[in-house]
Amino acid sequence: MTIELSHFSAALLFSVFASVVFGITQRNTPREQIRYGLYCFAMFFGGVFLAGWVMWFLRR
Amino acid sequence: MANASLNNSKASSPPMTTMSVLAPALGWLVPGAGHLIQKRWIRGVLLMASVVIMFVLGLLMQGHVYHANGGDILDILGFVGDVGSGGLYLLTLAQDWGHGAIAHATADYGTKYLIVAGLLNFISVADAYHIAIGKKP
Repeated sequence: MTIELSHFSAALLFSVFASVVFGITQRNTPREQIRYGLYCFAMFFGGVFLAGWVMWFLRR
Repeated sequence: MANASLNNSKASSPPMTTMSVLAPALGWLVPGAGHLIQKRWIRGVLLMASVVIMFVLGLLMQGHVYHANGGDILDILGFVGDVGSGGLYLLTLAQDWGHGAIAHATADYGTKYLIVAGLLNFISVADAYHIAIGKKP
């Protein structure tokens, strides 16, 4: 059994799992963990869009 | 003077308990188990799910699993990342899985997923140790 994820969904899943681990391990209280996890996710996801637009401009 | 310095370093070193050895070891072997054994149920389940799903997705995406090697530096680093997954990595070796298919465009993503799953597990092992020595609630 194999799966083929698109570039976008692969980056999205990567962001989710990495953010969960970063949030839990890098902060102490549950509230801080959730906030930091969401922050990491936003940074990952924002980075994906930023990189996408940079590549779009480079291609033109 | 030297004795005072030695005593200070002893006083500041973390206490060596059974849990401070068991939690990281178990956490490496079974991702998230280092937290579960210390009754951090939600954190343990979330860490386990994240690392295991990421590792399994990496395998399903035809990622390449690195073996112990003394060759190219990137291959060595790939092995270090992979071995972080502990029991999952050992199971993969035992079953002879993880022969990457270069034909797939996303196979390289699979390889990266496998490595990052191991690296994330290293972080969760360190976290389990910090909980065990009382440095983190």
